[in-house]
Amino acid sequence: MIEGALWRRWVFYNIPLILFVFVLLFPFYWMIITTFRPDGELYRPWNAVNYMPFWTNNPTLEHIFYLFEETNFMRWMFNTMFIALVSTVISLFCGVLAGYALARLNFPYAGGLGTAIFITYLVPQTLLFIPLAEIIRNFRLGDTPWSLILTYPTFLIPFCTWLMMGYFKAIPKELEECARIDGASRWKAMVYIVIPVAVPGILSSGIIAFTLSWNEFIYALVFLSSPDQKTVPVGVTSELIRGDVFFWGPLMAGALLGSIPVAIVYSFFVEHYVSGLTGSVKG
Amino acid sequence: MAEVSIRKLNKMFDVTHVVKDVDLEIRDKEFVVLVGPSGCGKTTTLRMVAGLEAITSGQILIDDAVVNEVPPMDRDIAMVFQNYALYPHMSVAGNMAFGLKMRKFAKPEIETRIKRAAAILGIENLLERKPRQLSGGQRQRVALGRAIVRDPKVFLFDEPLSNLDAKLRVQMRVELKKLHERLGTTAIYVTHDQVEAMTLGDRVVVMKDGWVQQVGEPLELYNTPANRFVAGFIGSPAMNFIEATLGESGGAVVAEAPGLRLALPGPLAARARAKAGRAVTIGIRPEDVHVATDSDAPDLCFDATVEVVEQLGSEILLDTRVGSATVVASVEPTMRIRSNDRLRLSLKPERLHLFDSETEAAI
Repeated sequence: MIEGALWRRWVFYNIPLILFVFVLLFPFYWMIITTFRPDGELYRPWNAVNYMPFWTNNPTLEHIFYLFEETNFMRWMFNTMFIALVSTVISLFCGVLAGYALARLNFPYAGGLGTAIFITYLVPQTLLFIPLAEIIRNFRLGDTPWSLILTYPTFLIPFCTWLMMGYFKAIPKELEECARIDGASRWKAMVYIVIPVAVPGILSSGIIAFTLSWNEFIYALVFLSSPDQKTVPVGVTSELIRGDVFFWGPLMAGALLGSIPVAIVYSFFVEHYVSGLTGSVKG
Repeated sequence: MAEVSIRKLNKMFDVTHVVKDVDLEIRDKEFVVLVGPSGCGKTTTLRMVAGLEAITSGQILIDDAVVNEVPPMDRDIAMVFQNYALYPHMSVAGNMAFGLKMRKFAKPEIETRIKRAAAILGIENLLERKPRQLSGGQRQRVALGRAIVRDPKVFLFDEPLSNLDAKLRVQMRVELKKLHERLGTTAIYVTHDQVEAMTLGDRVVVMKDGWVQQVGEPLELYNTPANRFVAGFIGSPAMNFIEATLGESGGAVVAEAPGLRLALPGPLAARARAKAGRAVTIGIRPEDVHVATDSDAPDLCFDATVEVVEQLGSEILLDTRVGSATVVASVEPTMRIRSNDRLRLSLKPERLHLFDSETEAAI
C-alpha cells in the first residue's frame, strides 16, 4: 500500500489498478454482452439513433443455440478437453521425473542439461510446427487427436520440468535423507515424501500446462483439418468466420463457453496454485 | 548391541579434503560427541556413517561388518537432523510410523511402539497434529520419537539442539542424556557447542580442519588437552594463552613473557627442560588464576591491571592486562574490584599448561 497524500495514492495506486482491471475484464464483458445480443442489434450501424453498444434490452440465447445446433461445438469441447488432459498428464509425468532428477541426482552436467531443456521451451512454435508437420505426416497422425497429444508435450515438458526443478530444489533435502535412513529406497522416498510435499508445485504446473494446451492454436490449426476433429479455438474461428463474414454472436458465445473450463480449474485450485508458485514448503 | 569403527576415513569434495584419516572406535552403548568449529568435517563424518555421503577412502564398520557400500536404509541407524526434517504432510503419528511401515512392521506392533515412544517423550497428546502445528521443542521431540520407535543399532544426531532457544536447549540436553541412559543405544552426536559436548558425551572427539585433534572423556580433554586448539576450544570462559620463552635460571625452568616470569613446577619442568630457549605458549584456565596471597610462591605471582569486570553472580570474571597479554581470572563474587585496579595474581602450578608455539602440541 502506498502511503502519503491522497493524490499520491490515486495516481500511483488506484488509477493504475482501475485501468489494469478494466483492460483485463473488458474483453470478457464484451464477450458476454455480444453473446446475449440479438443479431439486429449486433449489426446496427454505429450512427443509428438507437445504437447502444454496451447494453441490451432484448437478451437472447439464439447464438448459444446456434452454436450447439449448427456447429460441432460439443465435439470441439470434448476434443479440446481430451487433448489438453492427456497431454497435461504426459507432460506432468515426464516433468516431475525429469525435474526431480535435475534437482536431486547429482549427475555430471545436470545444470547444463537443465538450461538446455529450458532453451527448447524458448524455440517459437511458429517455427517448430514446420518440422513437426513433417514428423506428423510421416507417422500418419495428421487429423487425429494424437497429432496434438504428442506435439504439445514438446513445449509442455520443458516448461513442467523447469518449474518442478525449482520446486524440488526448495524442498529441504534432509526430508528425503531422513526417509532413506528410515528405510525407504530412493524411489520410495520420492513417492512417499518428496512428491506429496511437492503437490502444490505439481498442481501449478498442471494448471498452466492444461491452460497452454487448451488455448493452443497454431499446431491445432495446422495438424487438424476435418471439422469434427477440431479444438475449440480452431473450430470456433474457422467455422464461424466464413470468408469475411464474422458470425459475431456465436463466435463470442464459443469464446465464452470455451473459457469456462479454464476458469473453473483456476478457481478450484487457486490456493494450491499460489503456494505452488511462491514455493513455500514448511517443515 | 552395536559398535561402530571408523578406520582411516577420508572424504574429498572435488579438490577439498574435508575429512582426513579419521580413526575412531565407538563402543557399544557409548555416547560419542563430535565437536569442532564449522567446516571441521564433523557433520560430513556423521553423514558418511549414515550412508548419505560416499566414502572417498577408509572403512566404516557397524558391528564388525563393513558398511561402505550399504545404502542408508539397510544400515539400521536413525538420524535426527538439525531442522528436524519432519514430513510436513504427515501427522506426528504418521511421521513416527513411516520408518516402521517401510520395514513392513505389523500394524499393532507399530501402534505399540508409537505409544511407548510418545509416552517416553511426553507427546501422547500431539499424535494427531501436523508438524506445522507444533512448537520448536515439540518438533524436536517428534524427531527424537521417530528415531526411537525404530529401535535402531545406532542413533546419529546432527546438531539437534541448535535451532532451539537457549533455555529449551538446556532442558532438551538433560532429556537427551536421560533418554540415552534409559535406552542405552550407541549414539554419535555432532555439535559445535562445547558445553553440549562436555555434558552429553561419554567420550568427546574434537575435530578441526578435517583432522581429529583429540579423543577422550570430557574431563580428560579439559584437564590434559593434547594441543592448543583443544585447550582453547573446550572450557568456558576459554583458557588464557600467553606467548613466552623457555629459559633456565638456577636449575629451575622458567617461562618468561613481558610482565611475567613463572617457575615451572616439577613434572612440567622435566618435560620442558629439553625445549629451553624455544618459544612456547603458556595456558591457564581462568578458574586456576586467583588473587595472590602470602601462601603463594613468589615465582608464580605476577602483576596485572584490571581492564573489565564482568559480574556473573556466581563468580566475577576479571579481564586483566599482563604485559602485552590479556589474562582472564575467575574470582570469588564477594571481592570488591573495579577496573584499572592493580592486582597481584597467582596461579595453581599443577594446572599450568605449556604448548609448543610452533607445533601447538602440549608439552
